[in-house]
Amino acid sequence: MLHKPFAVAALLAASCGAQAASDADLAAIRSQIDEMKKSYEQRIAALEQKLSQAEARSAANPPAAAPVAVEGRPQAVASASSSASAFNPEVSLVLQGQYNQMKNVPNRTITGFWPTEDGTNQRGFSVNETELMFAANIDPYWRGQAILSVQGDSVEVEEAWVRTLALGSGLGIKGGRFKSGIGYLNEQHAHTWDFANAPLMYNVLFGPSASYVEDGLQFKWLAPTPLFVEFGAEIGRGAAYPGSDSNKNGSGAGALYAHVGDDVGVSSSWRAGVSYLKTSANDRQADFVDVNGATAQGTFNGNTDTWIADFVWKWAPNGNPKYQNFKFQSEYFVRQDKGDLSCAGLASACDPLAAGAAVSGSYDTRQSGWYAQGVYQFTPEWRAGLRYDQLDSGSQNLGANAAYLIVPDYKPQRATAMVDYSWSEFSRARLQYAQDKSMQGVTDNQLTLQYIMSLGAHGAHTF
Amino acid sequence: MIRLCLSLLLSLACLPATAALQVFATAPEWAALVREIGGDKVSIYTATTALQDIHRITAKPSLLAQARRAQLVVATGAELEIGWLPLVLRDSGNAGIQPGQPGYFEAARYVTLLDVPAVLDRAQGDVHAAGNPHIQLDPRNLFRIGEALAVRMGELDPPNAAAYQAAYKTFAEKWRAAIARWEKEAAPLRGVPVLVHHASFLYLSNWLGLKETGTLEPKPGVEPSSGQLTALLARQQNVPAKMVLRTAYQSDGPSLWIAGKAGIPAVMLPFTVGGTPEAGDLFGLFDDTVRRLLKGLN
Repeated sequence: MLHKPFAVAALLAASCGAQAASDADLAAIRSQIDEMKKSYEQRIAALEQKLSQAEARSAANPPAAAPVAVEGRPQAVASASSSASAFNPEVSLVLQGQYNQMKNVPNRTITGFWPTEDGTNQRGFSVNETELMFAANIDPYWRGQAILSVQGDSVEVEEAWVRTLALGSGLGIKGGRFKSGIGYLNEQHAHTWDFANAPLMYNVLFGPSASYVEDGLQFKWLAPTPLFVEFGAEIGRGAAYPGSDSNKNGSGAGALYAHVGDDVGVSSSWRAGVSYLKTSANDRQADFVDVNGATAQGTFNGNTDTWIADFVWKWAPNGNPKYQNFKFQSEYFVRQDKGDLSCAGLASACDPLAAGAAVSGSYDTRQSGWYAQGVYQFTPEWRAGLRYDQLDSGSQNLGANAAYLIVPDYKPQRATAMVDYSWSEFSRARLQYAQDKSMQGVTDNQLTLQYIMSLGAHGAHTF
Repeated sequence: MIRLCLSLLLSLACLPATAALQVFATAPEWAALVREIGGDKVSIYTATTALQDIHRITAKPSLLAQARRAQLVVATGAELEIGWLPLVLRDSGNAGIQPGQPGYFEAARYVTLLDVPAVLDRAQGDVHAAGNPHIQLDPRNLFRIGEALAVRMGELDPPNAAAYQAAYKTFAEKWRAAIARWEKEAAPLRGVPVLVHHASFLYLSNWLGLKETGTLEPKPGVEPSSGQLTALLARQQNVPAKMVLRTAYQSDGPSLWIAGKAGIPAVMLPFTVGGTPEAGDLFGLFDDTVRRLLKGLN
């Protein structure tokens, strides 16, 4: 108990001391807090001021126009459009129409060749197919394009493909429906032709569409040489004439081609190529004329080999095509059909008793043809051109059917002259005259007046 | 035959083994600028000459072959090369020079374009949505373009990045002095009314203070018509232009006709490097441009 009073006294003393200290300290602490508060308020105010100044500055000078270099990289001036429509694809529309004056020949075919349906017996006024094109980069790796053609009340997908952008090493892969890279004219659409119609050889090779369109894959490789050297290979469904849709696994057709090209001096450039196309046909049908002049149906099963050689030469003074330029182009083909032809047709020579009989025999042909054309642009607006077409029905071995079907030996020819006027890069009117002897015994003098206009995205100046 | 094939294969294999930065320039002015910055460390292919309308070029095989080998494409942009360059780039199979990649450089992105159309309608002729693309004729534009180009060349060729920077700095100093000289020499041209064949000289006029009072083309890209020329001649009474300007690649007919009728000189300007024998490089281009303008004034 001795300790207790001492402890109490100590406690009292301590508490008294604490009381005295807390009064003085509190005042000090209060003043310190006040000071801190004041200084923070000042700092916050300063920061707020700085922030608002910065905001005002950046509002006055949008970063797009800021001339200051950031991280040593000068800023691009062009401001990116923020609207979603900026990502809309390139869209263009081609409008074409014509007036035709020619003989009325209901079933036009080219004598001496496989009779394909020919849609060119259209006289008077008509509107050609209207082409609608969409194209854009899909992402850094892919680009896509679709071309829809509208004629009458039907819409056809002419092309719908995607292609690589970022493979490098000169490689490009295209997949979808595309115009094959064989020949020179095959890839070009009708509105870029220098004449109102395609050369006869393209009609013979690929039918009325005058272009081989493939659903499949295209591989291209450009060599890293100063001389332009390009190789291409294609595989696909092979449904288009001269093949037919066989609905099978694997590839139905294949193509291989190579192109070389270069400049000669500053004024001239050229490109030459060779192409090979292999297709196969199952029950490819056409109407033949039998020895009695009646219609007989021919059905072909077999393979078709097509070789094309093409050459294009372009010349312009100083290499400036705007005022004057000249373009020469020529293509040559050889085609071989190898297979069987069965001939049928009630009351035709193949089935005289109308008993549903058919005559089967081999069908081996080797046919060729070429065209050459020159187009001279003598003012920025006016161009004139000449074209000559010639085909050779060649050898046609019809085996057993040679006794029943007419197999004409003929060299179809056509000479064409045209003159056209372009108001701008986007509009053109053309007058064309042709003497067409593609049908034996018929000389058809054809006059065509046509317009070709494109609106929307700027077209590409292909070679 | 076999020997020929073998030697061809060998030459194919040996070709890419060049050390210099391979540059594909769409126009001579960009080739000249790359030369100022890159010196002998770059190998330059120029796609067009001063005697060609760069808008009308086709995607010819030689361009594809050169684009395939390029590490850097230097283009004007602003749709000037829209007819052929996108096609050349895509068909080149060269991933490094596609738009958006470091190997694709567009000069027009680094300058403020003039005459940006408010309405896009081809009834107005061959208008460029981004603005007038003939940016090279304001020498002040070359600072920003050159600075960005030197950085880009350094990114693609890091060992020489410092050399490109140094060369650009040297060029910029010389260029600054030259601009001051040209501006002094060209002082009498300020406010001088001129006729132009095409809107090729907008940036030049903007820089030197020339006053363009009329264009021989009724609309951009549409050839001068007799109606348009007659109307310009009639206007010459009230708004008399002192000379009529054209580029080296434009036909001389229309400007000579109006010059003869109006009694004013028709002045051909180099427009880009190589347009005249005197315009051998960028300095020569502006030396000769100013000289020809002053000669036209007297």
